[in-house]
Amino acid sequence: MASKKARPGRRLIIFGLIVAALYGGVALSGEWKPKLGLDLQGGQRITLEAATQSGQKPSPASLEEARGIIDQRVNGTGVTEAEVSTQGGRNIVVEVPGKNPKNLVDTVKQTAQLRFRLVAAMAPGQPQPSGSASPSASGSASPSGSATPSKAPTAGPKSSPSASPKGRAPVVLGGAHADKAKPSKSPSAKASAKPSTNPPASPTAVPSATPQANPAGAPVDQPLKWMDNPGTKWLKKFAAFTCPTGKQAAAPVVDNKNEPLVTCDGDGNKLLLSSALIEGTQLKKAEAGIPQNQVQWVVNLTFDSTARRTFADVTRQIANQTSPLTGQQKQFAIVLDGKVISAPTVNGVIPNGQAEISGNFSQKSAQTLANSLKYGALPLRFTVPVVTDEGPTLAADQLSAGLIAGAIGLGLVLIYCLLYYRGLGLVVMASLFIAGLVTYAVVLAMSQAVGFTLTLPGIAGLIVAVGITADSFIVYFERIRDEMRSGKSMRVAVEAGWVRARATCLAADAVSLLAAVVLYIFSIGVVKGFAFALGISTVIDLVVFFLFTKPMVSWLATFRFFSSGHKLSGLSPDHVGTNRPTPTSRPASAGGNA
Amino acid sequence: MSKLSNIGHALYEGKISIDFVGRKWLWYSISGVIVLLAVYGLVGKGLNLGIEFKGGVEYQVSMPANQTTQANVTKIRDAVARTALDNKITAAEAPIVNTSGPKNIRIQTEPLTNDQATLVSTAVQKAVGVDSSAVSRDAIGATWGAQVANRALLGLGVFLVLVVLFIWAYFREWKMSVGAIVALAHDLVITVGVYALSGFEVTPATVTGILTILGFSLYDTVVVFDKVRENTKNLARTRQTYAEAANLAINQTLVRSINTSIVALLPVGALLYVGVVSLGSGALKDLALALFVGMAAGAYSSIFIATPLVVQLKELEPGIRAGDARAIRHRNRRQVDPYASVPVFSEDMPISEEPGAEPEPDRVDAEDERGVPAGSTSRPARYTAGERPASRPVSPSASAKRAQPSRKPRSQRGKS
Repeated sequence: MASKKARPGRRLIIFGLIVAALYGGVALSGEWKPKLGLDLQGGQRITLEAATQSGQKPSPASLEEARGIIDQRVNGTGVTEAEVSTQGGRNIVVEVPGKNPKNLVDTVKQTAQLRFRLVAAMAPGQPQPSGSASPSASGSASPSGSATPSKAPTAGPKSSPSASPKGRAPVVLGGAHADKAKPSKSPSAKASAKPSTNPPASPTAVPSATPQANPAGAPVDQPLKWMDNPGTKWLKKFAAFTCPTGKQAAAPVVDNKNEPLVTCDGDGNKLLLSSALIEGTQLKKAEAGIPQNQVQWVVNLTFDSTARRTFADVTRQIANQTSPLTGQQKQFAIVLDGKVISAPTVNGVIPNGQAEISGNFSQKSAQTLANSLKYGALPLRFTVPVVTDEGPTLAADQLSAGLIAGAIGLGLVLIYCLLYYRGLGLVVMASLFIAGLVTYAVVLAMSQAVGFTLTLPGIAGLIVAVGITADSFIVYFERIRDEMRSGKSMRVAVEAGWVRARATCLAADAVSLLAAVVLYIFSIGVVKGFAFALGISTVIDLVVFFLFTKPMVSWLATFRFFSSGHKLSGLSPDHVGTNRPTPTSRPASAGGNA
Repeated sequence: MSKLSNIGHALYEGKISIDFVGRKWLWYSISGVIVLLAVYGLVGKGLNLGIEFKGGVEYQVSMPANQTTQANVTKIRDAVARTALDNKITAAEAPIVNTSGPKNIRIQTEPLTNDQATLVSTAVQKAVGVDSSAVSRDAIGATWGAQVANRALLGLGVFLVLVVLFIWAYFREWKMSVGAIVALAHDLVITVGVYALSGFEVTPATVTGILTILGFSLYDTVVVFDKVRENTKNLARTRQTYAEAANLAINQTLVRSINTSIVALLPVGALLYVGVVSLGSGALKDLALALFVGMAAGAYSSIFIATPLVVQLKELEPGIRAGDARAIRHRNRRQVDPYASVPVFSEDMPISEEPGAEPEPDRVDAEDERGVPAGSTSRPARYTAGERPASRPVSPSASAKRAQPSRKPRSQRGKS
């Protein structure tokens, strides 16, 4: 049976193409230096002062928790080697290597507290100039038709509810409500004293009758009931609240998840919201993306099972229902850090626990938000950060000393290989050189792609990895010699030895890859970066071994210098140790050893 | 170098054989002593943890913009290190100093007592000529929190379980998994113990170095076990005991192991040398020490610890024990009459009676589990593999090397 002819040339060409593609990609991006770490290049330092929601000094436990969350946000992929620490019991210090985009500070600072609440009422945030406030209800309110629900964005059952911040008609409370409420049992004085915003020029909504209007309102911990009947206390608060204009600094909103909330959205409307139904802690996934057939970036949220059930229940109950309080379609609100970013209505049940936050998101802001949501809400608030530029922490000579040491070490390796393997040592030299080239290109590519940062230990690790790559070559060469010792010629031994050495190398590299993958998945911080580097170097080892070393040896075996066992080839009989004629001696008779 | 390859060849053939497996108790006791030393170092002296683990003290020195230079950074660093050496403040021996913003230099050390902190502060002031109002001090927390450590340990645990399963699946031998894990634990304890004894600082770089050792130790062990498995697959045919086959495997790969160790340790040795001698301190030194000790231990443990342990465990198996006993008996018999297994020929012998064609009844062993006829090793070369009985009548052929099937003439066919 004729065996497949080894095609070393083809593999070498493929390998050459891969390396060329890698370097082509690097040349395109224009970056010829990898991103260096804090110790070699320095970077930026962001100092944030922490306070609790009520402005007190934070406890050590919550400061440590916040540090952990910020660490995860900054080190999300694990390869940027940023350092996050606490300082003085009050500050959190973030050190990030290199130059960073502006939104890094936002990522770090954002509390990212996400809550889903039901909307009880909505109104313009500022008092409108038209008309006067009419606390008494006597028919002055115009019972005109319903507001324009068509403008309000609706949510479909399959797709995620998307909300555009514009185009919702404000809801008017007030006179009409009191009007309707009069015939009912509640004390009309209280009803008429209900706060009302002035009816705007646009068609107003007539709140439908609330036969069971109760001044005390439904209990706060039942948001579905409460949204229909918030009670006078909350409605009063709502009326008295005005949204800060752009010029004023926003007063910090105290967002208590068990209490209703009065807050504003991005358009200057104020909303009265029930207590929280679903919290950010129940998020399973948060990702930025562009939905199909659209061009705006959105953040896709996926909730865990309890939240999914709650969400399905709530959407079932409020889908296409109109609120008795406002006459509008019922809405729920997505509240981030105490501000409403979206308040869509619901068209149907949403059973799959997925929601989408849309708005004027750019790619960066959508990714920032997704990143902030992913790791949980910070338990503290942070003040305006102080950003400074940091110099490198290592003396300049450390890097050069490290590189020189690496070069010396590799040089010694090459000398030893040449001495011991002679001609084959050339293959080792070429393979190590190629492995170094490929490693450099991959590091550059990773710097661009995932922000992989190289510290001095990282450089040392890569140098060591290149040395370990030589181990697979040694296994192969020793196998070739073993095969030659058992009597095969050199060219046959190259192929036979390859089969055995390949299995050994694959098994051993599988262990390394297993370590890299498992550690990358499970760990965070420095260990995650190490796992990434280990994975890269193992893959490079395999690629160089399969696509370069083996074809090179096969190709060299075609030369008589090697196959006839020249003294300097490394495979001469006395070098292999078989000081006897190589086993091609034929028996004297034609019939064999019969 | 050809001397070494001659040795290599002799090792391969088995002419020279270093008894690794037989002298296992010697290796175990050497390792035991080293491990005890390491444990003593860990427990008694403890590890010197760095700022990233323990937190520490941070000084901010405010200076005019034109003086916030790398030269001053170096001056301060040297001054603090010298003060620490003079006053035996180990916590400040390796300060981290860098510029912070345009008008600040920042110094970080491990936690200091108040007196030590004052000494350091004075040294800094003297080094760059500022007064005490320009130097402020703060406590900083650890960057490597408990969470990172816990997640890393979780990852390690999962990895170890998976490696045990992988080695078991690949080698079909759970005892090899045990051997690999024992060797791994041995290497880790020794590396960490060396850190404790030497007093080098343990930084996150050290942790990555130790994880590299993990990978390297397992890599080396897998390569050695691969050869052991290859040798012990055909114990019946080769008539060796398990221990001999394993020992031969180690000897055959000894040259490869030596070469690998040299090639792996040369760069690391260079890094260690440069880190210790010329730089005196820093991340290079810590990492290189972990790598050097760990790799040496890894290469050592694959040969001296893992394989003898596997052999020991295998010899507890009844099947292996019986096989070993058979092999020894066979060898003894051979030595008594070395010509016993040479076949005797005579002309026109029918195939079935030719010696070597049928299994030599080994009367002593009632149950031969190995299923391979004992005489197969002495079968003359002209019969290829395939002890299956011929399906058609065959006749011995004088000219061809193989027995050819015979065909009756046309007139005779169909009649028996």
